[in-house]
Parts: sequence; structure tokens; C-alpha cells
Amino acid sequence: MAAMRIVIWVVEGTWQGCVDAAVAQLAADSEFTLLHVTPSDVTETADAATVGLLGRRGTGRSAAPAYGDIADDEASKLLAAAAERLGHPDAERISLRGRVEREVVRSVASGVDVLVVARDGDHERLGPRSLGHATRFVVDHAPCAVLLVWPDGTPGIESIPDPKHGPPPPHPHR
Amino acid sequence: VSSPLAETLAVLLLVATLGCAIVRPRGLPEAAVAVPAAGLLLILGVLPLGQAATEARSLGPTIGFLGAVLVLANLCDRYGLFQAAGSWMAAGSRGRPVSLLALVFAAASVVTAVLSLDATVVLLTPVVFATVARLRLRARPHVYACTHLANSASLLLPVSNLTNLLAFGASGLSFARFGATMALPWLAAIGVEWLVMRRFFAGDLVGRGDSDGVKALPVPVFATTVIGLTLIGFFIASAVGLSPAFAALGGALVLGVPAVASRTTTIRDVALSLDVPFLAFVLALGLVVKAISLHGLGAAVMHIVPGGTGLGSLLAIAAIAAVLANVINNLPAALLLLPAVAGTGAGPVLAVLIGVNTGPNLTYVGSLATLLWRRVLIRRGEELPISEFLRLGALTVPPVLIVATVALWISLRVVG
Repeated sequence: MAAMRIVIWVVEGTWQGCVDAAVAQLAADSEFTLLHVTPSDVTETADAATVGLLGRRGTGRSAAPAYGDIADDEASKLLAAAAERLGHPDAERISLRGRVEREVVRSVASGVDVLVVARDGDHERLGPRSLGHATRFVVDHAPCAVLLVWPDGTPGIESIPDPKHGPPPPHPHR
Repeated sequence: VSSPLAETLAVLLLVATLGCAIVRPRGLPEAAVAVPAAGLLLILGVLPLGQAATEARSLGPTIGFLGAVLVLANLCDRYGLFQAAGSWMAAGSRGRPVSLLALVFAAASVVTAVLSLDATVVLLTPVVFATVARLRLRARPHVYACTHLANSASLLLPVSNLTNLLAFGASGLSFARFGATMALPWLAAIGVEWLVMRRFFAGDLVGRGDSDGVKALPVPVFATTVIGLTLIGFFIASAVGLSPAFAALGGALVLGVPAVASRTTTIRDVALSLDVPFLAFVLALGLVVKAISLHGLGAAVMHIVPGGTGLGSLLAIAAIAAVLANVINNLPAALLLLPAVAGTGAGPVLAVLIGVNTGPNLTYVGSLATLLWRRVLIRRGEELPISEFLRLGALTVPPVLIVATVALWISLRVVG
């Protein structure tokens, strides 16, 4: 039987839990790919602010690296750290920029068996807010199996709000 | 030239001026269209020479003040103040994203208030971006906080925003009274931003950053002291009837001379940070807007802007200013509106500032400019997400406008 093809979606803040779950749950001889996507709305916003200054864009600082370059640099270091933690230092690494949820779904569109995803909303309790906007989109649309991970330990069953105490607080804005 | 024709021409030239400043065809400086546009209006007599001279005389000190503040902020960067601030934020947060966001809020609010929004956008935001990336946390909340606070935390002092400098010159307020009146609106605006962002970005404020090996850099004592003294100098100069621009100039000299002597920086770098093309752009923009004002729009603005100083009038003025800032850009919006309210006292002038300063968080550069700029990005082949910033702007700008204006109304009653 051919080795499973597994993509681990590496995101800042939750990547360690994701990698650890892959090590614990999936066969070590699987073919691992580490994927990171830099959200382009963030770099776009930082640039938009400079455009808003109409020309005052730090003439003295023209040598400062562009936001995209800093992001690419840090992304490749993050992927290297993830590969190290995975125990597959030579695992394939993919670093992309764009609309995060779309890029992730596109990356697992063919030949991938399992996508490993961390929850990124409320981690404190089991419940309806444990998926952020991008993660929810990926879970909804992924064209493969998804391993959904609590990045810092699974909360206990008692963390589900008691229905007798009224409805849960409203959904946070996203 | 007949008035409708003159008005049309002046409006077209304003659009061309702003468009060039955004798109910068072939990397031309923003003044490349602005200065000829102003010149054309003068030659055709659309803008009479006498009016132009009056406008230039009133803008001159403001532009000088702006130049000194730009130099001052750049020198702070050369002395390592922003790098140090990045290290303090990283160390202070101990990798916790919410603590980091709180520190970013504090840093962006103080830097914007004291060294102007330019310093936050150009000097602080890159440091925050790099700091967050190094901690391996998600950049989105922190970057949006910087860009939003550059606008909404620019209410406090005359130096915090170019629009404030324009109003300060026209309003006759002292530096201290300006600051005392705007302290409450400033805090209110920051408070609303915090409450909204903390919820809006809950899904991105997760995990624990990698803060091993993060060390707080030492305080650049000399630069920090000079900035503190310059700040005190603003108040003193204004109290004794001197332009606070002299305090900014003094601070820039005290920081600049040793920095050049010790080769921390070069004269060329200081001259570049003075940004003469931008100063020329502001003057030319002021003249173009003056021409627009003269040929009917000024009277129309007078007609639209309410004359009272009650809460209702202040809210209406702030809303009009915010809408205008989003249609054209906050700078021309301030130039158009300030003369209309200058005679009615401090309240309306400061309400205009609340509108033109916090309003741009809706579209950043004004809708016209945003459209142009996004076209440039699309031509470069970048994928444009349906911007998160539009949604965040829609959630923050209306409450910030209302809460800050109510705070201003209270403040005016307390400070008088």
C-alpha cells in the first residue's frame, strides 16, 4: 500500500499542537507536506496605510524590506521549525501568499489523503466557537479527510455550557 | 474664466493631483502634478495671486512644523527607539497575543500622539510586523491595530496629524488647551477600537508565541529625553506665544547634530526625511483646494455645515467631515472644511478633526484613491481579498465617531 499523503497546515500560534497531533495520530512513514499561507490582506493593509500618507512614505527608509519579504522569510523559518518538530526535517514545505482559506483548499485539491488543521477560535471549551473564519471555510470545503486538532489539549466534556443557564453568548464578530 | 468653468477645472486638477500622489506613474514624486496644477490655476487667474499669497502665508508655518516633526521621528528611528520599542513589546508580552496587542495599542497611541501618524505608519508598523512574525504569532490583529490607531489615536495633540496642524494654525487654540480638550476624545477613540478589535480578532489572538531568547533592548536614553523635552517645549513655546514649531526644530537639531557628527546618520538622510517634495505637495494641494473653495464650493460647504456648537451640531460636523474624508481624502477634506468652521469656536474645529482623522479607517485613502490604488495592485497581478479592513472599518468608524464626539462635547464643558 502506498504511503498516505498528508498536508499539515502550519499557522502561527497553533502549529505546535498540529504537528504533535500528526506525529501521534498518523503513520510515521506517511508522506508529509508542511503548508503555510501568508494572508495578503495583512500586507495589503500595511501598504494601504503608507499610500494613505500620500507620498510621505519614509524616504529615509527606502531600504527597509517590504512586508511581503519579511513575511516570506519568517514563514520559511517557521516551516523549518515545524519540519524539525515533526521529525521529518526534509519534509516538503510549501509557502504561499494570498487569501488563506482559498489557498489551503486549493493546495489539497488532488492526491492528498489527510489535511491536519488546528482549531483557532475559543480553545477553552468544547463548543461552537472553536473555529475561526478561515478554518471554518477550510473544514467546510476541504476535498479530503480532515484531522481537526485542539492545539493545546482537549477541553473536558463539562466545558459545554449547561443549557439550563440560558443561551450561550452571541457569536463574536468575524 | 467663468466661475462654473473655473470650479470644474479646479476639481479636475484636484482629482489629478490626488490620483498622481496615489499611483505615482513612473515613480514621479507626488508634487509632480500638484505643483504644475497650482501653477496653472494661478496663470489662468482661477486663483488670484493675492488669495494664493494669503493661503501660502497661512500654510507656511504649518508646513515648516510638519517638516521638523518628520525629521524628528526619523532621527528617533536612527537612535534605535523603534527597534527598542519592538523588543519591549516582545519581552513584555511573554508571547501572549492579547498582552502583545495591548502593548501594540499603547505604543501606537503614544507614537502617533507625540511623533505623528506618519511615524506610526512608516516607522512603528514595520517593527511591529517583524516582532509579531519573530514571536510566531498571527500578524493580523497587530497590523490592523497600528493602521487604525495611526488615524484614530491622532486626535490628541496638534503634532499628531497634519490635519491637526492645519486646524491648530487656524483655531487660535494654545497647544495645552488643544491637548486638554482632546484627551478625553483620544482615550474614547482608543477604547472603542480596543473593544471592537479584541472581539473581531478573537480567532487570531490564539496560542503562545515563541519568546525564548527575546531580550528587551536598553532604553535609548538620549533620544527619549530629547523627545520628552521637546514635548514640554511644545507647551511652553505655545504658552509664551511662540510657534511650537520652534520646539520641534530645537529637538531635531539637538538630536540631529550629534547623530551626524557620530555618523549615526548623514546630512543626506536628514534632508531626505525632511521630504521637501511632500511639503511642496501640501502647499500646492492647499492652493488647489483654495481655488475650489473660492468658486462656489466654499459657500456650499458653509451652507451644509451646521453653525451651532451643541452636541447635535458637533455630531453632524464630525459625520460630514468623515464622509468627505472618505470621498476625497482627509487632507483636502480638512482644507475645505476648516475655513467654514474657523469662526465658530473650538468645538466645531475639533469636531472636524474627529471626522477627518478617524473617518479614513473606513477606506484608508479616500474611496477615489482606494479604487485607483487597487487597480494598480491588480495590474501587478496581486490577488485582492475582500478586505477585512473594510469590514473592520464599518464596525469601528461609526462608534468611534459618535463616542469621541460625545467625549469632545463633555470635554468642552469641563475644560471650557
